[in-house]
Amino acid sequence: MSDAPVRVGLFVTCLVDLFRPSVGFAAVKLLEEAGCTVEVPLAQTCCGQPAYNSGDKADTKAIARQVIDAFEGFDYVVVPSGSCGGMIKEHYPELFADDPALFQRAQHLAKRTYELVSFLADVRGLERVSAHYDGVATYHDACSGLRELGVKQQPRKLLAGVAGLTLKELPGAETCCGFGGTFCVKYPEISERMAADKAADIAATGADTLLAGDLGCLLNMAGKLSRLAKPVRVRHVAEVLADMSDETPPIGAPARAEPR
Amino acid sequence: MKATSHSFKENAHQALGNANLQKALNLMRSGFPARRAAAIARLPEFEALREEGKAIKDHVLENLDFYLETFERNVVARGGQVHWSRTPQEARDTVLAICRGLDAKTVTKGKSMIAEEIALNEHLEQNGITPVETDLGEYIIQIRHEYPSHIIAPAIHLVKEQIAQSFRDTHTNLDPARLLEEAPTLVAEARTVLRQKFLAADVGITGANFCVAETGSTIIVTNEGNGDLTQTLPKAHIVLASLEKLVPTLEDASTILRLLARSATGQDFSAYTTVSTGPRRPGDMDGPEEYHVVFLDNGRSAMLGTEFQDMLRCIRCGACMNHCPVYATVGGHAYGWVYPGPMGAVLTPTLVGVEEAGHLPNASTFCGKCESVCPMKIPLPKMMRHWREREYEKKLSPATYRYGLGLWAFFAKRPALYHTLAEWGARLLGAVGGPRGRFRSLPLAGGWTAGRDMPAPEGRSFQSLWAERQRKKAT
Repeated sequence: MSDAPVRVGLFVTCLVDLFRPSVGFAAVKLLEEAGCTVEVPLAQTCCGQPAYNSGDKADTKAIARQVIDAFEGFDYVVVPSGSCGGMIKEHYPELFADDPALFQRAQHLAKRTYELVSFLADVRGLERVSAHYDGVATYHDACSGLRELGVKQQPRKLLAGVAGLTLKELPGAETCCGFGGTFCVKYPEISERMAADKAADIAATGADTLLAGDLGCLLNMAGKLSRLAKPVRVRHVAEVLADMSDETPPIGAPARAEPR
Repeated sequence: MKATSHSFKENAHQALGNANLQKALNLMRSGFPARRAAAIARLPEFEALREEGKAIKDHVLENLDFYLETFERNVVARGGQVHWSRTPQEARDTVLAICRGLDAKTVTKGKSMIAEEIALNEHLEQNGITPVETDLGEYIIQIRHEYPSHIIAPAIHLVKEQIAQSFRDTHTNLDPARLLEEAPTLVAEARTVLRQKFLAADVGITGANFCVAETGSTIIVTNEGNGDLTQTLPKAHIVLASLEKLVPTLEDASTILRLLARSATGQDFSAYTTVSTGPRRPGDMDGPEEYHVVFLDNGRSAMLGTEFQDMLRCIRCGACMNHCPVYATVGGHAYGWVYPGPMGAVLTPTLVGVEEAGHLPNASTFCGKCESVCPMKIPLPKMMRHWREREYEKKLSPATYRYGLGLWAFFAKRPALYHTLAEWGARLLGAVGGPRGRFRSLPLAGGWTAGRDMPAPEGRSFQSLWAERQRKKAT
């Protein structure tokens, strides 16, 4: 691993900000351990996908400009989500295809933007994390990370180094869980059935833990698993890799009693 | 055929409760993708072939007028005729006129999605001509008075018990006590029934997988051989094709054929690949006396030069729907018109209007699987997004949704305000839902919580906790 100090801007994502700050702190810990200094620009809210995928191009561009401005000066921009990462990396330049100045800035940002786990493994060359987790985990490949950013082996490689954790592959791991951002709002009945199919696949593995790299998908799958009363602990992969799974209950699980 | 794409949600609701359909979809879900993956694993140059195929189609689309005219010239040189139709009505009328000119009573049909698109069967029936579908899947849905639920497997929404029942209801001259439980017996029965129809037909109508400009040939692929009998036995062969089926040469057709079957059914090659070039020549053993190619535009030429041009590369393999998790959940009929799944979500709004078919490009999670398996590398999600943009511009999406989105965007563009709101939202939802960790119901999220819990936020926003950490660090 390189020793040069690297300045990383963390793009938190709106879901992590609102639902699960633990994922953000796990990302910070992993990045700092990988030799980065981490800053979190305040001028960020969301990557703009809700507007983008609803056909609202004007608002998408306004939000994208905001992100481009906020993350101008960093060596890298790291995102604990393949979906938001894909938005910045793949779609921001497309948005400004007819505006050369902004296109160039969007491309400059895109080149420096990475999904968290692939950044650690591919850019920082991280081979092994020092973490412990007791359990049999299965892993869902969230769609955007997988197909837009090529996140597949990186989380598996790093999870292999977590003491106490056994990884059991999920049949159909590359099939969408039905979240789909605006899709679950517009077509909840179809979305729910897709989540049910996914929950059945997860339960069939016999794993006691479900991990993935995207909070949207995790909220969807955790919500379905808990409605079906399946005893599966659901966590963002960063929480396990950062050895922070003792610090907060799994997604959708009751708050633990205060330690005596 | 009347489109019901506007009731996609209701159609999908019905589909989710249809036990036979769900059983059939389960079989499909495991079948096609595994077979395609195995076929591609056997062909190391598949990715390179995709690039080649895409380049061929892109080249044709850039020079479509040239290749259409070349094709016509070569068809005519070999004694055939080419007919141009701008609309489904013109295409139907052309086919009817040819049939009437031969005093046709029955026509046999190979599988043709263009025939579905122009609702040819209804038109022929209304004019006293009996169309007989000869592709097994098409035959099954014809006797059930349904329309295809899949572009290459039209009856994939059915389980074999339903097909057996339809055969018993239709083939009433056969022994009612016969066994029809297994697929081979169904196929044998259909073959027997259809054999008589082939011999009686006056005109044979097929689709075209390719129209080859250099030779004026059309090519179809089938697995049943029904296309050969359809086009060689009757007096006339009518080929229905859309403009984008053109390829420059037989070599080009071969390149794309290597992609087609692998992407469609996971076969290395379809069982029958049939090339038709003109009518029977003096001395030929068989073949039709007349050979007609009826081209349908129906809005396709207007897609050239727009953000939808790439869609015209489509070779109708069905890989996008075979791999689509939404299609696998609701089936093809939910999409409400001829073309279902991801390719239908892009094409249908072009052909029947985005006002009718506005749901289809929205009913996608943008998981990207369709684009990743498309042999022609068509950026399907991107084009669905283009439709969403047009719908947004035309204010076609529901007002409540637009209002909610506008409100969200207002805050998303004002970070300071947004962070205050996020912190209070996290605190409120965390306080109410935190002890249980989840909500079983939540205002404004009834669609989600009808069948799922909503995990509760941890109770503080990341930005506020981060600000606290930074302050502590500074002191």
